[in-house]
Amino acid sequence: MGRVVLDHVTKKFDEVVAVDDLSLEIEDREFLVLLGPSGCGKSTALRVIAGLEDPTSGTVTIGDRVVNDVEPKDRDIAMVFQSYALYPHMSVRKNIEFPLRTRHVEPADRQIAVNEAAVALGLVGLLNRKPAQLSGGQRQRVALARAIVRRPAVFLMDEPLSNLDAQLRIQTRAELIELQRNLQTTVVYVTHDQVEAMTMGHRIAIMNDGVLQQVGPPQSVYERPANLFVARFIGNPPMNTMEGRVVDREGVRAVEFEGGCLPLDPAHAAAAEASGAKSLVVGVRPEHLAFSDDGALHAVITVVESLGHERHLICRLTDGQMIIVRQGSDVPRPAEGTAVRLAADPMHLHVFDAVTERRIDPR
Amino acid sequence: MAAELPRPSSAGRTRARHLTGLAARYLLLTVLAIIVIFPLYITIVNSLLTPGQIAARPPKFFPLHPQWDTYSRAWDVGHMSRYLVNSAIVTAFITVGQVVTATLAAYAFAFLEFPFKRTLFVVFLATLMVPFEVTIITNLTTVTSLGWYDSYQGLAVPFLATGFGAFLLRQAFLQVPRDLQDAAELDGYGHWRFMLRVAVPLARPAMAALSVFAFLGAWNQYLWPLLVTKDDRYRTVQIGLKQLRATSIDQVNVTFAGVMIAALPLVILLLFFQKQLVRGLTAGAVKG
Repeated sequence: MGRVVLDHVTKKFDEVVAVDDLSLEIEDREFLVLLGPSGCGKSTALRVIAGLEDPTSGTVTIGDRVVNDVEPKDRDIAMVFQSYALYPHMSVRKNIEFPLRTRHVEPADRQIAVNEAAVALGLVGLLNRKPAQLSGGQRQRVALARAIVRRPAVFLMDEPLSNLDAQLRIQTRAELIELQRNLQTTVVYVTHDQVEAMTMGHRIAIMNDGVLQQVGPPQSVYERPANLFVARFIGNPPMNTMEGRVVDREGVRAVEFEGGCLPLDPAHAAAAEASGAKSLVVGVRPEHLAFSDDGALHAVITVVESLGHERHLICRLTDGQMIIVRQGSDVPRPAEGTAVRLAADPMHLHVFDAVTERRIDPR
Repeated sequence: MAAELPRPSSAGRTRARHLTGLAARYLLLTVLAIIVIFPLYITIVNSLLTPGQIAARPPKFFPLHPQWDTYSRAWDVGHMSRYLVNSAIVTAFITVGQVVTATLAAYAFAFLEFPFKRTLFVVFLATLMVPFEVTIITNLTTVTSLGWYDSYQGLAVPFLATGFGAFLLRQAFLQVPRDLQDAAELDGYGHWRFMLRVAVPLARPAMAALSVFAFLGAWNQYLWPLLVTKDDRYRTVQIGLKQLRATSIDQVNVTFAGVMIAALPLVILLLFFQKQLVRGLTAGAVKG
């Protein structure tokens, strides 16, 4: 069973709190991505699961047993490191069979296991090479082979794709998803790359400053970010956010801010008022902004970024605030310097309390 | 009126400057090499001349009739075989000892956490500043009181650990990525196995360099063996050379032959480990 439970886990390094009261349940055979910016505590959390760091408080459960006092080697886990952590003086074969040697697996069984892993990851012709003679992608496969050869209940992966070039990263991403499906094992995957998180995880857990911000399926996190940090962190280009207050505009409740105002739907407005929040932040994803003759936002297009399949229009509101609009490439390219009016569907607005930064949902 | 010479192109000038620089560099290196090799060459030449030829002026720089028998005489008269064996035993003991103790100490400083780690390391480094002559009396008293006067232990034990060795290997161990240690720990390797199977193989160049240094130092020791041995059965080759000089005072060519015999193991060692020696000395100097 590859179920992992972190129960109120805190990890401090002297006075620095790396992981703060983290509680998280990872189901058996789940692909969970720990996502966050550098220094948010995601790698520390992974190392706590691995047993490479002892939690300052809280418990870690893998399968049915609490593993706080269990040695890393006895936790039934395997880890893939960002640097691959291959032993440079050993051949690929020796690297792959290393975990089996330490577990005193018979040579014949070792041979079979290594060959199976080599076939699964396309390493058959490379078994006698040294890591220095391999490309980044091949080294990454060797690291994966070394992990799967143990048949662990849980895979821990610490940014395994970040040393690969962009093209290889996309390919390996898909291969990792297939591998997890084939092996039917639990994966805890750490990354700072939201594309990896969105594409690979069954669920993503977003961390910031050691604190878990939100856990959920990628689409639901994208559509309903729990707080302002998640809202701004998930999404590329990021969500546009403007701070303002609820006002009445000709009978319609709207959030007014320095650069303009955006009408709210009545339920959202009611919830915002009921929350007692003195100040609000309204968020709108770039794809939910569109040109409209009666749009409430007046802006000037300053830069047009064309990505081939879509465009990002960088605009300035009347107060100078930057706002990004995503536009398909099937419509004519607007000229830079054009004054435009923008509107957003009230159903696609996100409202947050500016003080607590928590999401306010319509009732 | 002479025809105007074509002006050399910019590329041609750069090439000429490059060649001049190269020639100057090689000239300097050749002069330095001659300065270093000349004493060795003269020793070889003198070992093959007769005492009369050595004393002759102007000096001879090439033996026209080499006296090869000086070597066999040095070997017999100087009891070189016994001294060489003694030197080999003491040197092997010291070299192995230094590598083992330096490995253990360096591993602790590189990979373990313990109280006063930094302070202790500074103390280790401080020992590098203390010349051997300062501790010689204390060491002599200790060795004598242990009953090790005239013994291999007396010759070797004071040199089994050095701060330099611990420092050199610690630097090499610090190059081992932290992830490798974590990976090994996940695979069930404790400190001993990680040290022997991963850290030591990766630090091989530095260990080879340390071995060569330890070997050179131990083989060339003179003062300490002179102080702690009186019995010929334990005297090393450097002391043997002094005695050879005393016994064949009129046979200076034999002394030169003895010197060459004593230096031969070092020459062989340097030929084989030259690369490691250089790599060890420059380890960490450039990002690799």
